[in-house]
Amino acid sequence: MIDVLYFAWVRERIGLPREKVETQAVTVADLVEELKAREPRYEAAFADISALRVALDQDLAEFDAPLEGVREVAFFPPMTGG
Amino acid sequence: MKVSVQAEPFDLGAELADFGTGRADVGAVVSFTGIVRDDTGAMEALELEHYPGMTERAIAKIVDQAVERWSLSDVTVIHRHGRLGVGEQIMMVATAARHRVAAFEAAEFLMDYLKSRAPFWKKEHGPEGTSWVAAKDEDEDALKRW
Repeated sequence: MIDVLYFAWVRERIGLPREKVETQAVTVADLVEELKAREPRYEAAFADISALRVALDQDLAEFDAPLEGVREVAFFPPMTGG
Repeated sequence: MKVSVQAEPFDLGAELADFGTGRADVGAVVSFTGIVRDDTGAMEALELEHYPGMTERAIAKIVDQAVERWSLSDVTVIHRHGRLGVGEQIMMVATAARHRVAAFEAAEFLMDYLKSRAPFWKKEHGPEGTSWVAAKDEDEDALKRW
């Protein structure tokens, strides 16, 4: 079981800020495919992953990164701080 | 070093009053303040969402890099989140170093990295509704100079 968090328009499209997900996904990309298969709102949020960023346990990561040992995955658009 | 992610306004004068003073290894202090700007003339507010936990962690990492690279004596980073009005202060960075070149460069480095590596997302509120601010390619490109 991992915590999956969504921020900004990803959160709005999916309609919730976080959820617990039971998954056997090996990589982030596998998890994205599992989520997309769930419902159209996930499909819409993950339609173009080049427009998204991912963090694993609060560190930026790549979509091909392994999920083994990861407790928290977050998906969000490119950041606009400062 | 001080990193604060907060909803409340900060007192810029109080933050800078003693910053870098009272020690022999500081010859230069540089500070930058970001203010909510309205480019359209119709913005009502700017809302900043962030990722509690990762935000503090990401900023601390950027600060550590700057301290090491420019041998900074002190750094302050304050970044607000929540709903801010036009003209309000969003964030500040202050750097203290032996020489001004290091203090200026480190402040620019911190700003460039905070823009695209600290997990904040800006949303503009206006009369027509709301829209998320898109990240700019030039902000990502700005990291390449470091």
